[in-house]
Amino acid sequence: MANFSTSEFKSGLKIMLDGDPCNIIENEFVKPGKGQAFSRVKFRNLKTGRVNERTFKSNESAEGADVIEMELEYSYTDGEFWHFMDPTTFEQYAADANAIAECKNWLKEQNFYTVTLWDGSPLVVAAPNFVNLIVAETDPGLKGDTSGGGGKPATLETGAVVRVPLFIEIGELLRVDTRSGEYVERAKG
Amino acid sequence: MAYSWQPSADITTLKRRAQYLADVRRFFHERDVLEVETPILSLAAPTAPYMDSFTTDFMPLGSSSRQAYYLQTSPEFAMKRLLAANLGAIYQIAHVFRNGEQGRLHSPEFTMLEWYRPELSLIQLMDEVKALVQQVFHLNSIMRLSYRGVFEFYVKLNVLTCSDQQIEQCALGVITGLPIDLELDRDGWLELLMSHIIEPRLAAMNLAVFIYDFPASQAQLAKIKKDDAGNDVADRFELYIKGVEIANGYNELLDADELQRRFTEDNKLRQDQAIVEMPIDHNLLAAMKSGMPVCSGVALGFDRIVMLALNKQDIQAVQTFTFSHS
Repeated sequence: MANFSTSEFKSGLKIMLDGDPCNIIENEFVKPGKGQAFSRVKFRNLKTGRVNERTFKSNESAEGADVIEMELEYSYTDGEFWHFMDPTTFEQYAADANAIAECKNWLKEQNFYTVTLWDGSPLVVAAPNFVNLIVAETDPGLKGDTSGGGGKPATLETGAVVRVPLFIEIGELLRVDTRSGEYVERAKG
Repeated sequence: MAYSWQPSADITTLKRRAQYLADVRRFFHERDVLEVETPILSLAAPTAPYMDSFTTDFMPLGSSSRQAYYLQTSPEFAMKRLLAANLGAIYQIAHVFRNGEQGRLHSPEFTMLEWYRPELSLIQLMDEVKALVQQVFHLNSIMRLSYRGVFEFYVKLNVLTCSDQQIEQCALGVITGLPIDLELDRDGWLELLMSHIIEPRLAAMNLAVFIYDFPASQAQLAKIKKDDAGNDVADRFELYIKGVEIANGYNELLDADELQRRFTEDNKLRQDQAIVEMPIDHNLLAAMKSGMPVCSGVALGFDRIVMLALNKQDIQAVQTFTFSHS
């Protein structure tokens, strides 16, 4: 993989730092007063998900990371791995528990997920911002209560628990925001 | 390949920028400050070790000789020669060039507003900068803090009296992710604290502040004096708005021998770090020897202040065509 100099660092560039693939969020060129120039880099470690900062001298460089993002279809889990498929090539990718930790509660067969691959293996799987899921379990609905006040917990088909309005019933299809884990509305279809 | 030929600033911004230029010229006209133009190409260049001048060659037709010329990093030296010629108060809006410096707040080519006031003290010049910033750019009120006070407030260090080790320890303690093999001198650590800790805090607090009385070792082309506590300090100020360095003002050094000593010191530092030495401006030294009036001067980043006035996040957003699309 190619080496990148600090002047090539930009948002979205994937580089190796301390052996981990990282995504550059921001690179600020700093030159205090008449002093030496630095690159102040904010990056996300793609393995841990943590955001960190590092300062590079302007003559430093970093090795590029072989990281790509693909839209893959979730197929099934065998308990140890979660299997995703590229619908055009039918190639299979097995993600481990670490990779799906963030989106485990939103994984539904045949849905599409953004899978980040490092050297060809899934590093992290991200759910789309909104998913439609069926209510598997919730207390009986209160007919006529559309006030939206209060609410109750509902368990969805993937195991996620979200707070829903009182009128929601088992079997209904809901639109959920995966970033906040909040109910948005009843979904059509 | 498709070329993105369009300007990087939008049309509204370009019109606002033109208006600011006109307003700046009116501001100085009303104060009887003369607009001047000086050469962009010079035989000499600043010696500051981390200031990288662009260079080009003059080749007289019919001759095989070559003469190196340097693109100005600021119009300072030429304007000081005009001051020595007793032209009085002068200002210039000039394109200046600094090799290698590119980023959200940096463009290798940018516009500098620089002016010199023979009859004003540094404090009076701060007042004038404030008047310009408020009248022309309608920016917020400006606080005044000493360099020592700013560091005491944000990092709890008296940086004029503490040891080099204390400064280094402090920087290593509060700044994460520094290169392991980083070796800096006292001013290097101070500058790092300024850019990594203090500037972001000033930005977060949305403050506009004049920082004055710099450490004597950062005097550049300013005079050195004693502060209230009897420490040697450089009689200069910087204006920061929202954490962005906007202007740099000096009670100008008038002593040609001292200036020559600083030039030589810089070139020695360049030698030590295997950076090419710069030809010293002997015309400037000669002008200072013949006598330059006591004066205060300031350089203000025009693109940056337009950025702040128009609430733009990137210097590209206020330039017609950016360096990479020039």
